[in-house]
Amino acid sequence: MADPMRIRANNKDGVTEVRVLMSHPMESGVRKDASGALVPAKYITDLDATHNGKTVLKAMFSGAVSQNPFLSFKFKGGAKGEKVAVKWVDNKGESRTDEATIA
Amino acid sequence: MNNTRRTVIKTTSALGTLVALGLVTQQQAMAAVDRAAFDVKSIADAIKAIGGTAANSDQVSVVSPDIAENGAVVPVGATSNIPNTTEIYLLVEKNPTPLAAGFIVPAGTEASVQTRLKMGQSTNVVAVVKADGKLFSATKETKVTLGGCGG
Repeated sequence: MADPMRIRANNKDGVTEVRVLMSHPMESGVRKDASGALVPAKYITDLDATHNGKTVLKAMFSGAVSQNPFLSFKFKGGAKGEKVAVKWVDNKGESRTDEATIA
Repeated sequence: MNNTRRTVIKTTSALGTLVALGLVTQQQAMAAVDRAAFDVKSIADAIKAIGGTAANSDQVSVVSPDIAENGAVVPVGATSNIPNTTEIYLLVEKNPTPLAAGFIVPAGTEASVQTRLKMGQSTNVVAVVKADGKLFSATKETKVTLGGCGG
């Protein structure tokens, strides 16, 4: 099971800034390990961020996104105390959802 | 106009059939670009797969370091001041598959995203945004030094 995502959501002047740090190896599938064998591809392919059930960002990632992906974005709205949820799915079908409270 | 309508109906029913057959999840059907675009090997073809050709625009900016000390973790961001920006794509020209990430920006979300990308070598980083169905882009060169001191 992957480690929980670290999500920070801050509201200032009506705009909520969200920063997410995901825990994921993000293997592109082209890297070789010490013995020369290809490390199989395992990377987050899709991400969905929602606030009060409404999608505020969708992302499609490739193996070129760095390990332990970082993502930052802003959306209008959101009030302190409300929740922002982030869900990712990887190429192996694993997924993880975490949420944070807007500060 | 007829052509567009036919294309829309064709695409919608094709996607709809795929969703009904369970071959494409609902989420994928709403995706910005076909996942095949991420396997394309040249940046020109990747931009074509996103939706054609992109016009250079000073309303789009790429934020990436002039010199990246660690090519495995390079902070890259893109911002678009063009109204009705609905999608943002980040491409790394010299990567084996240039399209690195795509974002769908719903109404109410700022057209500004930041993430971290892998770059194998010094390269142009290109941001392509879609606004009102048209593509616009901006480019910035990032030099990559793997290990060692910067500069």
